[in-house]
Amino acid sequence: MRFVDEFRDADKAQALAAQIVALCEPGRQYKFMEVCGGHTHTIYKHGLEDYLPDNVTLVHGPGCPVCVIPMGRVDDAIDIAEQPDVIMTSFGDMMRVPGGRGSFFDSNAKGADIRMVYSPLDALKVARQNPDKRVVFMAIGFETTAPSTAMTVLRAAAEGLENFSIFCNHVTIIPAIKAILDSPDLRLDGFIGPGHVSTVIGCRPYDFISRQHDKPLVCAGFEPLDILQSVYMLMRQLDEGRSEVENQYTRVVPWDGNRKALGVIGEVMELRPYFEWRGLGFISHSALRMREKYARFDAERIFEIPGVRVADPKACQCGEVLKGVLKPWECKVFGTACTPETPIGTCMVSSEGACAAYYNFGRFSRERVREATLT
Amino acid sequence: MCLGIPGEVVEILTDRPDLAKVDVSGVRRAINIGLLEDEEIVPGDWILIHVGFALSKIDEQEAKAAMDFLEGIGVAYEEELAALRESMIDTE
Amino acid sequence: MSTEQRSADWAEEAVLRHAGEAHLTREEQVLERIARARRRKAKVSEERITSAHGAGGKATHTLIDAIFLEAFRNPLLESLEDQAVFTAGGARLAFTTDSYVVSPLFFPGGDIGELAVNGTVNDLAVSGARPLYLSAGFILEEGFGVADLERIVASMAAAADAGGVQIVTGDTKVVQRGKADGCYINTAGVGLLERPVSLGAANVAPGDAVIVSGPIGDHGITILLARGELEIESDIESDTAPLHELIAGLLDAVSGVRCLRDATRGGVATILNEIARASEVAVVVDEAAVPMRPEVRGACEILGLDPLYVACEGRLVAVVDGGQADAAVAALRAHPLGAGASVIGRVKDDPPTLVLLKTEFGGTRIVDMLIGDPLPRIC
Repeated sequence: MRFVDEFRDADKAQALAAQIVALCEPGRQYKFMEVCGGHTHTIYKHGLEDYLPDNVTLVHGPGCPVCVIPMGRVDDAIDIAEQPDVIMTSFGDMMRVPGGRGSFFDSNAKGADIRMVYSPLDALKVARQNPDKRVVFMAIGFETTAPSTAMTVLRAAAEGLENFSIFCNHVTIIPAIKAILDSPDLRLDGFIGPGHVSTVIGCRPYDFISRQHDKPLVCAGFEPLDILQSVYMLMRQLDEGRSEVENQYTRVVPWDGNRKALGVIGEVMELRPYFEWRGLGFISHSALRMREKYARFDAERIFEIPGVRVADPKACQCGEVLKGVLKPWECKVFGTACTPETPIGTCMVSSEGACAAYYNFGRFSRERVREATLT
Repeated sequence: MCLGIPGEVVEILTDRPDLAKVDVSGVRRAINIGLLEDEEIVPGDWILIHVGFALSKIDEQEAKAAMDFLEGIGVAYEEELAALRESMIDTE
Repeated sequence: MSTEQRSADWAEEAVLRHAGEAHLTREEQVLERIARARRRKAKVSEERITSAHGAGGKATHTLIDAIFLEAFRNPLLESLEDQAVFTAGGARLAFTTDSYVVSPLFFPGGDIGELAVNGTVNDLAVSGARPLYLSAGFILEEGFGVADLERIVASMAAAADAGGVQIVTGDTKVVQRGKADGCYINTAGVGLLERPVSLGAANVAPGDAVIVSGPIGDHGITILLARGELEIESDIESDTAPLHELIAGLLDAVSGVRCLRDATRGGVATILNEIARASEVAVVVDEAAVPMRPEVRGACEILGLDPLYVACEGRLVAVVDGGQADAAVAALRAHPLGAGASVIGRVKDDPPTLVLLKTEFGGTRIVDMLIGDPLPRIC
């Protein structure tokens, strides 16, 4: 696969790894956070951390738009899905996330009609094919996905569809990064910056990180060599005493972003005054909702949803685990009330969540795994 | 939110110029290229696909530059290894 | 980490172990508690069956352990292989059953009928048995097209021929419109185990080699795309096929076959996990060695699926004595259905019960058993 395979080359990885080691100051610890859930996935999938020296660690950030959806919003979605003649459509990522009353899968078991789609355009197709049903699309994702939702709404408007709406849970990345930077417990040396979000918003919005907080940020692609190269670029910045925003993903990310994509977001959506993020609490101007002009496509206006705030179970400490402050086994409910089969928080729901990973494999050290696999 | 895959544009649909048939390793889907209206997309172009939409046109020159850089590091690494091996032989 | 530091850590661990649990670090106490919980009896915590229970992963295994095994418990059932092997009247027999609820009923490369015959033939054949007779039970939805039924039945007849079996008994039920998705089929099968082999997931030992008979993921991706919701077109077809001759050829050529499985729901990863657990070994897979069609790879990349978990229907996973791996691959490749046979991994003793992957990138990853179906993702 072009533009994919060449960025998975093991030989180049060796070379980059050697360069990273060469840039390490003896005795110094380096901690970089990758914000995107997609980067976390790549790191796990390809075993990228095996290429890093012991004193360079990656902290997995909260940039998973699925993980940060509060339980109450999942309940709201289920509430909509359970109303008569409703077909709820959703990305696969959401199907297993538990709200206060269970997940989308559990809801289907009780008779709701919640269908998985690959694209919001597919949800539109469901609406066209089922004129007697009300079709709702559960929109999640950062600025990467918001333009697609917006374009879909514009299409629905152009076609005069009357049975289609969006339950909008889009969130924005900058407030998430700000929350990390404002966290007193976290000491990071730099950021592996969002890749696909940056194709939309460009690289300028991250300026404040390097200027005001003095931390370098490199916008990274999603193949393992992309991330490894980004770590190399961060190490070089530190070595040269620089603190800048750099773009490693130049083949995809334009410095100024995608004007049209930003335009359609602005046309269809606006910032909410505040929104609750699971694990991070209420953050102002961090999420999107439908504009008044497109009210007829806004599920929150069409359906009466309880909007009850379901507090994370008191014992849930996902917030601190997400920020890398607590290790999974330090959470009080880890392994007892909260297990992968009975997850309470998102750290356990997602198979890459720190807690799920540790629960399943924590007893096996990286050393043992590496020795068995690579020798 | 992050899963984006490069695909090759095979055809622009004549009745819907905002849709392109895109090929990923032999698998094909119609992709909405409306977000790229500032660019001219033609068959043979590569685009980044995310949830049925094209987010960006892949800049092949930048891709090549990225590869050249990585290759350069690779070569430098090989040369260092070779030099190291030679120096070890010398000390024996 | 320096050698001194590493030694110091190991020494500390050894001290803690000898001192008994009371002196375990907090972390070790947590891990010990989890290990104890794992050893306890399986329990289904949900009140209702969800689709995860049918995916072949952890939820399915828990359901089987907690509900079915618990109620029916007997030595034959406990091995939880794809078939039961027993002696009756002096003959060694293999006996199995499987139900087919696939949707859509007709898809590129086959249909539900063909699956229903091949699947049961294969469940018998992987024990080393010669498949002989099948039963076929139909649950038909009121309103289902007779022409479609004829198509399915014709496929089954052809598949039975190809599989060397006869369908000798059956049953038909009709249920109300809205149930049974058109047509559900159950097949049970009986076979004769004439070879003096005792294959099973618990037979595997360090040094063994893991082989697959061809490219993985064809069936699962075909079904996913055939459902039409994803609007993805491709030329991929289901790999459904009867493997009895392929297996016979392998068993004729190689004496050191430990275990045979056909990779169905849950994919190759699920089978390897079952083996790793049953034999308490580590299975180390080389990602670069796993055969896969480019289109299956493309579909998995677009949808964010891991091909190791995607179902096959005509692929053999064989674990053989390491020294006979080459002979095994040659024997498989001698048959058209084994054209893509490759060694994909090795068995080691440590860490036990884990399936590990050496990624193409050169890193390492653990391949766990899924909880439920692999789901397309956007994140």
